[in-house]
Amino acid sequence: MVKARKERLSGWGNYPVQSGYVFRPEHLDELKQIVTAKEYSSYIAYGLGRSYGDTPLNRGAGVIGTSRLNHFIDFDEQTCFLTCEAGVTLHEIIDVFLPRGYYLPVTPGTKMVTVGGAIANDVHGKNHHVDGTFCEFVASFDLLTASGEIITCTRDRHADIFWATVGGIGLTGLILRATFKLIPVETAYINVRYEKASNLDEAFAKFQADADFTYSVAWIDCLASGDSLGKSVLMRGDHARVDDLPASIVDPLKPADKFKLKMPIHAPGMALNYYSISAFNKLYYGMYKDEDKLVEQSSFFHPLDAITDWNKMYGKNGFIQYQAVFPKHNNPKEGLRKLLTKLSDARRSSFLAVLKSSGPWNGGLLSFPVEGYTLALDIPIKDDGLFPFLRELDELVLDYGGRVYLAKDSSLEISAFQEMYPTWEDFLDVKEKVDPGHLFSSSMGRRLGLSK
Amino acid sequence: MGSILVLGANSTIAQATVRKLTDKGKHFILTSRDPSQLEDLKNDINIRSQVDVQVREFDALDFAGHKAFFDDVVGSVDVLDGVLLMYGAMDDQKLAEHDFAVARNMIDVNYTSAVSMLNIAANYFEQRGAGFICAVSSVAGDRGRKSNYIYGSTKAGLSVYLQGLRNRLHRAGVHVITIKPGMVDTKMTYGLVEPGPLLADPVTVGRDIANGITARREVVYTPWFWLIIMGIIKLIPEKIFKRTDL
Ligand SMILES: Cc1cc2nc3c(=O)[nH]c(=O)nc-3n(C[C@H](O)[C@H](O)[C@H](O)COP(=O)(O)OP(=O)(O)OC[C@H]3O[C@@H](n4cnc5c(N)ncnc54)[C@H](O)[C@@H]3O)c2cc1C
Ligand SMILES: NC(=O)c1ccc[n+]([C@@H]2O[C@H](COP(=O)([O-])OP(=O)(O)OC[C@H]3O[C@@H](n4cnc5c(N)ncnc54)[C@H](OP(=O)(O)O)[C@@H]3O)[C@@H](O)[C@H]2O)c1
Repeated sequence: MVKARKERLSGWGNYPVQSGYVFRPEHLDELKQIVTAKEYSSYIAYGLGRSYGDTPLNRGAGVIGTSRLNHFIDFDEQTCFLTCEAGVTLHEIIDVFLPRGYYLPVTPGTKMVTVGGAIANDVHGKNHHVDGTFCEFVASFDLLTASGEIITCTRDRHADIFWATVGGIGLTGLILRATFKLIPVETAYINVRYEKASNLDEAFAKFQADADFTYSVAWIDCLASGDSLGKSVLMRGDHARVDDLPASIVDPLKPADKFKLKMPIHAPGMALNYYSISAFNKLYYGMYKDEDKLVEQSSFFHPLDAITDWNKMYGKNGFIQYQAVFPKHNNPKEGLRKLLTKLSDARRSSFLAVLKSSGPWNGGLLSFPVEGYTLALDIPIKDDGLFPFLRELDELVLDYGGRVYLAKDSSLEISAFQEMYPTWEDFLDVKEKVDPGHLFSSSMGRRLGLSK
Repeated sequence: MGSILVLGANSTIAQATVRKLTDKGKHFILTSRDPSQLEDLKNDINIRSQVDVQVREFDALDFAGHKAFFDDVVGSVDVLDGVLLMYGAMDDQKLAEHDFAVARNMIDVNYTSAVSMLNIAANYFEQRGAGFICAVSSVAGDRGRKSNYIYGSTKAGLSVYLQGLRNRLHRAGVHVITIKPGMVDTKMTYGLVEPGPLLADPVTVGRDIANGITARREVVYTPWFWLIIMGIIKLIPEKIFKRTDL
């Protein structure tokens, strides 16, 4: 029998921490044995645990770590389609393919994410308003279902299962391998335009003014209030071409080998308070001036990856990340303003918040992005008062027809969830069809009524 | 282009090692008792490094077939540059104390078969006057402990065999390298050894092995701190050591 290891697991926010029985198969037949032996009541896939909350957790039951299912299977240079196992990380894809002139079509703010995780949360990047989510580029994937059967899902074959699995937080089965498209690039660099905005109005105006950048994001100082509410730095860019590079760059496609820092221990809880964060934000904002600059891809897309385990900065109690999207048609600016005001009034200090614009929903039954603006911010867990406060934020988000991103969530209530994701019942229909015995289940799934 | 034969390519440590060796521009012959298990690795290596990869069936316990197997491999490539012996068996110590068949499997897989295969490879490389032989022994072979001395003794035998082989082949210009990993987080140890600072990532071990081959080292402890740990453990007098619970 395949052995499991009892471990205390958490997502990136170090909250909640739950025990589970972790398998780590290296081959398909081991995986099949695990699923068919039914030693535990249920199973959930765990990629790199870069979702923040309980998405990949399964308290007291089975967890299937995919880190060793990490083989590249096929790459077609003509069509740019890559097939690989679900445990391959975006980091490895960049390492192997960027030197050959290919890049990820969509990348989240960290490259320490597996392909399985990217599909199961249908992740987005700084180009959602232009290109959509990661799954827009996914042609097909193989799913190991509860019956032990492997089905190939595409937009045409098993389309219902395809759209339930895209963003389906692992509840339809285990994604074994996927085929998706890379994009050709000439260099490992991004031409970035940095622009400061002194408040939310200015930020919005600039966001809309020249919208033809592929990548765009704004870092907002959450502690700025009053007239400077929404004070931010906009960073927008495109892949640089060879002609854009100075002669000093000999190999245009070489990813930079950066020196990495490591956060060795959990910082003491009091290290982050209103004053230290406010000082940091001022310093950070002051670092930027309006300019155009050539930036290596990793520092543009994955700046936080330069510090290994930076999540320990928030101390042992962990932190939550709150990410919500405000739909375009529903006065998103007002919604964002209210959200920022609430945060700054409550002094629930956060470092910078990340503002991005998002394009239309893709039909993934639990896929997060809808057309509008999304804001993501970290909040350290210091007291129990945080959770009621988050529920107030949920209310506000609902008032503006928005929703919260499950990849970041650990405490949303079922009623709010159902209101935010009106296609939850369609999801359950597919779930009942592929997994009537709820063999795939997670702490989040049970919390949100999506699995037993 | 030269080729490297990897015996037991399916082992977690072998996979990590081969991935690190791919930038050397060599072709690979990968073996397993069940070659279908190697298809994913074959494609993976192929895509990462655009080298040729062959997959072959090999059972260490089929002693009679070793010579024909090796000749066949040599016949299928331009030049065979080296052999990596990566397979191994670690069965339960308690079982092995009571059931000789279990002990014997470890002895035959880890020691007997290595002698058989590496004798054949050594004769070939010696005659060619070039090449390398790299085999994975273990720190468990450095000192016998009650918790795993049957496995440990098979690795001790292997280590001494490799020492002598190195001495023999030195004049012929053939390089012999002994790898002594500490505890590594592989399918062999999964669920038996608690994760912690002493349980090494196979990626680290694979890198150390690849570097050791390139640098033509003789003995590689991996991760490096096992050199110190074993240095100390070997110093403890038997009178005291026999009372310990290591
Ligand atoms: C610093 C940072 C920045 C981030 N920025 C962004 C961003 O810009 N945009 C964005 O969208 N997200 C972002 N994220 C979130 C992250 O991209 C997602 O949470 C992603 O899903 C994590 O992938 P993972 O491999 O770690 O999966 P895990 O967190 O381990 O698992 C996530 C979910 O995927 C499921 N899953 C994993 N593998 C499989 C599989 N093989 N089959 C079926 N289900 C599977 C799990 O069951 C779980 O439900 C960020 C996270 C961090 C830490
Ligand atoms: N893991 C550790 O902590 C550790 C520490 C020190 C030393 N080592 C040594 O390192 C080597 C690799 O270990 P690992 O941890 O990577 O182990 P692993 O993943 O469990 O792989 C062991 C491999 O040995 C092969 N094997 C077993 N019996 C065989 C036989 N009769 N004929 C041919 N192949 C056989 C199996 O290959 P197939 O099933 O594909 O045939 C299997 O893939 C072993 O020699 C081990 O003793 C390991």
